[in-house]
This record gives sequence, C-alpha cells and structure tokens, in this order.
Amino acid sequence: MSILIDKNTRVMTQGITGKTGMFHTQTGRAYANGKACYVAGVNPKKAGENFEGIPIFGTVKDAKAQTGANVSVIYVPPPFAASAIDEAVDADLDLVICITEGIPVRDMIRTKHRMKGKRTLLVGPNCPGVITPDQLKIGIMPGHIHKRGPIGVVSRSGTLTYEAVGQLTELGLGQSSCVGIGGDPVNGLKHIDVMKMFNDDPQTEAVIMVGEIGGSDEETAAQWVKTHMKKPVVGFIAGITAPPGKRMGHAGAIISGGKGTAQEKLAVMEECGIKVTRNPAEMGKTLKSVLKK
Amino acid sequence: MKIHEYQGKEIFRKYGLPTPRGFAAFNVDEAVAAANKLGGKVWVVKAQIHAGGRGKGGGVKVAKSVEEVRKLASSILGMQLKTHQTGPEGQKVRRLLVEEGADIKKELYVGMVVDRGTQKVVLMASSEGGMDIEEVAAKTPQKIHKVFIDPVQGLSDADADEVALAIGIPQESVAQGRAIFKGLYKCFDETDASLAEINPLIVTGKNQVVALDAKLNFDDNALFRHPDIVAMRDLDEEDPFEIEASKYELNYISLDGNIACMVNGAGLAMATMDTIKLFGGSPANFLDVGGSATAERVTAAFKIMLSNKKVKAILVNIFGGIMKCDTIAAGVVAAAREVKLSVPLVVRMKGTNEDLGKKILKDSGLPIISADNMADAAKKVVGAIQKKKPKPKPKPKKKAPVKKTKKAKKKK
Repeated sequence: MSILIDKNTRVMTQGITGKTGMFHTQTGRAYANGKACYVAGVNPKKAGENFEGIPIFGTVKDAKAQTGANVSVIYVPPPFAASAIDEAVDADLDLVICITEGIPVRDMIRTKHRMKGKRTLLVGPNCPGVITPDQLKIGIMPGHIHKRGPIGVVSRSGTLTYEAVGQLTELGLGQSSCVGIGGDPVNGLKHIDVMKMFNDDPQTEAVIMVGEIGGSDEETAAQWVKTHMKKPVVGFIAGITAPPGKRMGHAGAIISGGKGTAQEKLAVMEECGIKVTRNPAEMGKTLKSVLKK
Repeated sequence: MKIHEYQGKEIFRKYGLPTPRGFAAFNVDEAVAAANKLGGKVWVVKAQIHAGGRGKGGGVKVAKSVEEVRKLASSILGMQLKTHQTGPEGQKVRRLLVEEGADIKKELYVGMVVDRGTQKVVLMASSEGGMDIEEVAAKTPQKIHKVFIDPVQGLSDADADEVALAIGIPQESVAQGRAIFKGLYKCFDETDASLAEINPLIVTGKNQVVALDAKLNFDDNALFRHPDIVAMRDLDEEDPFEIEASKYELNYISLDGNIACMVNGAGLAMATMDTIKLFGGSPANFLDVGGSATAERVTAAFKIMLSNKKVKAILVNIFGGIMKCDTIAAGVVAAAREVKLSVPLVVRMKGTNEDLGKKILKDSGLPIISADNMADAAKKVVGAIQKKKPKPKPKPKKKAPVKKTKKAKKKK
C-alpha cells in the first residue's frame, strides 16, 4: 500500500512538450513501473503527435478518454498553469500534481474556489511531486535516494524533503510515499490532509512532517495528530533564523495573530505529542528513536 | 514588489478612493511648488520610503506656511530615516509627498491580505487606526473585524456596511465606507496585490471618509501582467545585494551574521541557516541558487556573498537531485578561483554524483573544507571562524560548544 499513487496509476503530462515536461517525463518513465504508468501527454497545439512513443492529446478530457489516465502532472508555464489545473479538475481526474513554480496567487484563489465540490485532489503547486518508492515517481525528485518501506514523508519544501529522505534511507528506513505539498500560500492538499491518508495507510508506520515559517498549516495538522493519529509523528520546521517581514515563505503574519513563526509551530507540535528536532541533520535519527518504542 | 505612498494613492484614485490632494517632490523647489499649487493654510510633508513607521521616525511633519514647507522639505530630504522596519542604519529619503492638511476626527485601519487558512482575500478593519496593527492584533484581537471575500461574488454591500459600522464610521458616512472597501477590493484584485493597507483611514470633521495613507505590495509572480506597476519600482529602496542577485535569478536576502551560505532550495537554505545558528554561528544571508545552477550563477552567487564585508566564512550546502554535485563542484571551484577566495569555505554535498563532486573539490588544490552532513558542515564553518581570530574571547559563544558535546555524548 501507499498513498495517492502506486503502480496502477496512469499518468498524463500536461506541458509534455516543454523542456521541463519532457525531461521529467523521461525520468519518471525510467523509474520503477514508469514505463507502464506514463500513458499520455497534453498540448492543444500538438494533438496527434507523440513524445518518445507517448501519445499527445489536445485536451485532458481526450487523454483521459483514450488512455484511461487518472492522474495528471503539470509542467505548464506559470501564466497558464492555473487553467491547466482547471482543465484537469473539469475532466474529473483523481489527482493533479502541479510542479509549476510562480503561479500568481490570484489565479490560485480562483482555481481553488472552482474546485469546491469536485472530487479531484490537488498537490502543489510549486512542489517536487509525489513518489511511492519502487512503484512510481511523479515529479522532479531524484528517484535513487528513495527506498521502499514504512515511513511517510510530507513536506512543503523540495530539497529539504530529499534531505529527510536521504537520512531515512541511510538509516535503512524506507518510505511508503513522499509527498511535497509545495511552498505557495494557496495550494492543494495541506499537511493535515496527507497526515490523514498516512494514518489510514496500513504500510505506513510513522510519519515525518517537514514544515517552514508562515501560515498555520503545521499547527492545524498537529492539533489533528493530537486527537486522531495512531502512528508516531516527528517534525522539523525550517526558518528559526528567518527575519520577520522578509519573504522566505512568510506571509500574512497578522492574520494568524502571532502564528507563523518557527518557534510557535515547534511549540504547538511538541504540545500535540509530535517529537520535533531543531537540528535538520537529525530528522532521520529522530524518527528512528520513535520507532524503537 | 513595494511602491511608495504617493504611487499607491495614484492607484487608489483610479479606483475612486478619496485621498487628500497632493504632489510628489524630488527636491526642495518641487516641494515648495507643490505647496503653492495646493494652496490652503496647512500642508503635510511626508517622507517617501518603503518602510512603515515614518511618522514616529520624524519623517512626517505639518507645515503652516510655505516657508515652513521649504524648511521641512530640506531637512527631511536626504535624511537617514530610522523606523522599526528600516533597521538601525535607516533608509535615505529621496522623495517627498506634499499634501493638503486634513481635519482628522477619527483614525481607523483597513487592510487586505490573502488569508492562507481560508485561501481567500480577507478584509480587516479596526477602530484603532494610526497604530501598529500587529500590536492591535496581538493585544486586542477583538478590535479587528474581518470579512473573508468570495472570489466570485466579491465584497457584498451588507458585509461592507457591517464592517463600516463596527469600526465606528458614523451612520451618515457608511455609504462612503462601503464604496472605499469595495473599491479597495477591486484594486487589490485587479492589480494582483499581496497587501493593501490604509492606515489611517480617517473620518474628517465634516464626516468625510478619506484614505490618509496608502500601502500596496504586489505579488511578484503576477508582475508580468502589470507593466504599469513594474514601472513604479524604485531600486533605491531595495537592498543592492538583492537586486544584483535577482539579475541571476538567485533568491538572496541579507542578514546580520558573518557566515555566508549558498544552498539549493528555499527550505534547505533556511534549514542551513538554522543549523549554523544551532552550532553557535550567525548566518550572513539566505541564498537559494535554485534548481539549475550553472557555473556562471554559482560565480555570481560567490561575488554577491563576498561583497558583504562582514562575511568571515562561506558554507555551501547542496543536495544534488536533478542538479548534479559534479556540476556544482566545478562551479564552486571556478568561482573560488575567480574571486580569489580568502575566507574559509566549507562544502557539503549529497546526492547525484556526490563522489565525483568531492573529487573535483579535492583535486582543485583549493583549501576547501569538506563536510559529511549539515551539522558537520555547520560545526566546521563555525570552527573555522573561531580559529581565525588571533585573540579569542569566546565568552558569549561558550553556550554552543557545551551544547555540542552534550549532543555528541547523547548520540553514543
């Protein structure tokens, strides 16, 4: 088991003909069951063509109808990325993973509003993607650092997620699934949503939650963990040294009434029974320590 | 992106928000001409810098004669204005706004930001205008009234009226308040703002509601569709290091410490800064080289880091995923040679082609200190600085080494 994606997932790449879309479709296809999983590409101007044997369709709807693809990954440039998400949501896909960085917040507010009542889940934007080790990789993460196993990883960051995964793998601890939810203020799945999925996933035995300054998503997830989570959770928050008011992921401190600092998040997480570390080099070790019990 | 108050008011006027009459002035003569053009008996001379708290810092003064306008303009222009947002060195004043004086009966606060929790724009208003709103939020949160705005319907009349009354706009002026709130939302939405603030929004003796201040920040990701707003950018107000970095698509922020760091990825960059601090050091900057760092960009990053004279050592932390460690290593070696590096350099590399990268660093013959993990890297870079000091006075830094040994013991 795993969450969100596995070897039975069928993927279409929106923006398959761009440089990034091409490259990461190739690396995704080269990883584990990728060859069978990547089944379609979308580009309205290149319908009927193919990318290294992957058929290209003019719309998401066509790609879904013709290939049975149920998940989309988006590498479309920022000005058009929100409409690409809208199209995938309208086509009723199970999941959209938006890698694109730099989408205007106003576009995402409208897209999120449109998604209300729809069944499609969104991961991202501005995220590394999702990987279920030894099964399927959708996104820009390096596949080879991962290893199949019982640890769930959820994070707002890219390379910091790889750091956590790298430490786990070095300690011999594999991962069930790793989900990068992205660093944008308006995004799809939050820590809490992914946490719920890991809680229900029989393969997952413990979870690493990696957060950063800004917003209060980590606190919300922590409160849920306190009352509902059946598995141990460890956490790290980046940005203890980040100055207030500077954009390093920090926005709208006033709205959460003092929430949003790393200290505040760490305090709430600790209060809720999450074992936190302030040393990012010890994320893996910290997780191992909760497993021993 | 930030703009000045006078530019914000120009935008406000396009959306029908009432503001005092006023003109921007870049020198004393222009300030005097502005006062003459405005006429009347009372003028306000306002320093235009991007930071808040200008009034408290002495950057906003009232003049009762044109001669006084001249005096105030010459004293404010060129001053280093220090506010709680500028840092101790202050910000040099290069522009003024000369406005007609206002008859203030009541000072209110109105702001708009994107609320991450609800993923909507939120209108916030308070009867406590003119004050630091974060302080109001912390001490008396009940005095802040919020409306979360539906992105399709916009701000409704009923919600706008309710907020107007709640913050003490008199009944006869509620329609004015409504028009201001709705205009502000339209402005926020259409300009892709990330923050809009009127502090204070005033009620005059004649019960007119007027925006006495204007603060607008914009979503950098949306600037591509607003060339008119990009034209308002004032580079004098921005950190020169950050401007230089942005030319190379490097994400750089100056900090107070003396250990420069270059990292790939924003989260890992923050975590690296945190680790430096954890081991008793202090980061000089935040620098994310991004996902596709070329030798040219790494060199640019080194130059920018080293142009900060406080820097005593550099820490490079790379988790090679798509970006390969050997590429980065070659970039680091080229950069170190080109800038004739004279401070200790600690490099930690992990991931794709790690061994190849380490070999390139080793074979370069440069005195590069290699580290195995983030903690090791932080310890080494902090140690390198302490070693360099001829007469160490380690008293204030004692705390960290004690922590270290404790942790080391725990591990075993």
